[in-house]
Amino acid sequence: MAEPLLEVKDLKVHFPTEDGLVKAVDGVSFAVSPGETLGVVGESGSGKSVTFLTVLGLINRKSAKVSGQVLFRGQDLLKLPVDELRNVRGSKISMIFQDPMTSLHPYYKVGNQIGEAIRAHQRVSKKEAFSQAVEMLRRVGIPRPQERASQYPHEFSGGMRQRAMIAMALSLNPDLLIADEPTTALDVTVQAQILDLIDRLKQEFDAAVVIITHDLGVVAEHCDDIMVMYAGKPAEYGDRRDIYYAAHHPYTWGLLQSIARLDQEQQERLQPIKGLPPSLIFVPPGCPFHPRCPYVMDVCKVEVPQLLPANGHHASACHLTLEEKDRIFKEEVMARR
Amino acid sequence: MSVQVTERVEPAPGAKGTPLIKLTGVKKYFPITRGIIIQHKIGQVHAVDGVDLEVYKGQTVGLVGETGCGKSTLARVIMRLYPATEGQIQFEGQDITHAKGRDLRDLRRNMQMIFQDPYASLNPRKTVGSIIGEPFRLHKTVEGGKIKSEVQQLMELVGLNPEHYNRFPHEFSGGQRQRIGVARALALRPKLIVCDEPVSALDVSIQAQILNLLEDLQEEFGLTYLFIAHDLSVVRHVSDQVAVMYLGKIVEIAPGASLYRNPKHPYTGALLSAVPIPDPDIAAQKKRIILEGDVPSPIDPPSGCRFHPRCPRAQFPTCKEIEPPLEPFHEGQFAACHFPLEDRALAGTALPA
Repeated sequence: MAEPLLEVKDLKVHFPTEDGLVKAVDGVSFAVSPGETLGVVGESGSGKSVTFLTVLGLINRKSAKVSGQVLFRGQDLLKLPVDELRNVRGSKISMIFQDPMTSLHPYYKVGNQIGEAIRAHQRVSKKEAFSQAVEMLRRVGIPRPQERASQYPHEFSGGMRQRAMIAMALSLNPDLLIADEPTTALDVTVQAQILDLIDRLKQEFDAAVVIITHDLGVVAEHCDDIMVMYAGKPAEYGDRRDIYYAAHHPYTWGLLQSIARLDQEQQERLQPIKGLPPSLIFVPPGCPFHPRCPYVMDVCKVEVPQLLPANGHHASACHLTLEEKDRIFKEEVMARR
Repeated sequence: MSVQVTERVEPAPGAKGTPLIKLTGVKKYFPITRGIIIQHKIGQVHAVDGVDLEVYKGQTVGLVGETGCGKSTLARVIMRLYPATEGQIQFEGQDITHAKGRDLRDLRRNMQMIFQDPYASLNPRKTVGSIIGEPFRLHKTVEGGKIKSEVQQLMELVGLNPEHYNRFPHEFSGGQRQRIGVARALALRPKLIVCDEPVSALDVSIQAQILNLLEDLQEEFGLTYLFIAHDLSVVRHVSDQVAVMYLGKIVEIAPGASLYRNPKHPYTGALLSAVPIPDPDIAAQKKRIILEGDVPSPIDPPSGCRFHPRCPRAQFPTCKEIEPPLEPFHEGQFAACHFPLEDRALAGTALPA
């Protein structure tokens, strides 16, 4: 495998609050190589967004306790001064946010907003930046880009706004694109278009992509590796075949079983994961998933399971033995799918 | 005073009888005006443009379509939150299109709604107890002293801790808030519940909890659901019958299984093919029909078949000039298309072969 583009080592992000210490991210490690797509899956509050906001340096360094390493081409972004970080952000790493309705400024023309991002990093005239913006809008598949660039965000539909956001994110030809729930607010037809677009642009721009989502269905077609997060920690990490056809963590099993599937004939009851995600202030002792886990053992309540590799880079943090995991997955999880 | 006849024998799902809700040619247009003092009408949004639909007791009818196709407007017209521009709405055989005053209030007791956004549909300044108890106070179905115990029973029913009676909405997670919305909708023991995207704001693992809850409640109280969503996998899971809407019209309606196995309308086919399947191998085999462009504006919908500018099968001039009527195909399956998809033509796209 190629030299990783981004390597995160034992990242911890803790927020001290009046109610206690919020352990939003608590020991996350992963790597993304050029040309690769990493899917990060987890529920609300599992720390997936905070992890990547920290990578981008968008977490207030004064209010959060951050430890670990974020190596981008071998350089630790956490140690970089703010102005140098600003050069990396946008031009080397950029991000698409979940809600295209609120992440574009309603008072400015779309073309100017994209141009502004270009001008923040390159010494070009406004006119030149605007024409680059038009070119980007064309590349993300917006019809009549010249005309569209002089329109305001409210004149765009949801899917078009998300395309404009992608155009902005890619306008400086970044090496890494982080997409935080890029399709959650969109219709299925538009969702399929946007995911295909991200795939195509990844190849065109030779970038690495991270897709953050709560829906395992979304990432099945588009990701090489998948990291499942729970309560600020990775629960399972592996390539997509590992996750869909040989998952090793009860939380991943729960996610797979709770999806209503279109290609299923039988109208069986869904198997939701019981209970709620834990508070990140009072994370349960031992394995954070144990109160919701159907296979809980005594050891789970005391000892924190380590993320241990099974084969290759497939790893899971669970006290069950490898044989038990394989058996349960085959007999109970796959059988119901 | 109530307008319903309650002793009627319930027909089994599928069996005909008086539908609980029957829509005939329902239209809802919103005027577009210009001018400050004297408002000139310069056009109208054809949000719902001639919908016929029947929902039988105990059934779940799913309504799917993209943003802006008029599905939420239709729900609000049925709930009588918007007056219909044209057409007739019948509830248990009674024309309710123009019901008002006392009749309308009695009607609302029988029809309730669950909203999409559990963050916006609960008043942040009221306690959960008073939110769920509000329908009792408005309709005076329970005397003041007994409201609290009734509310606590409801909370227990939907899986909330009754001790949380005095908490405020912000103290609950998204899934729990949606349970509060469900409890409020159930308070008056309605016959019909309109669910407008009840799970689309929730995490997948929590969606399953709410869907199972809705299923259990339907069994327990013989509820009828009109279930609106843009997620076809969810709609397929809950619905007996599925109606697909495009630009204010129903383009296909069929029993859930046959719609998914054998879609007739090219729009249904495209919608189905876009749904992600959580299985990389099957997903890789799937052939996708990518729709070009966006949904046209409902202010000036395309002539003939409204789908023709985006349709991969459109033939000219037929599709541009003649509006296709809803025609029967298989049992209970109707589609409005001049050149429908062949049987099982989509076997490799919508479902694994």
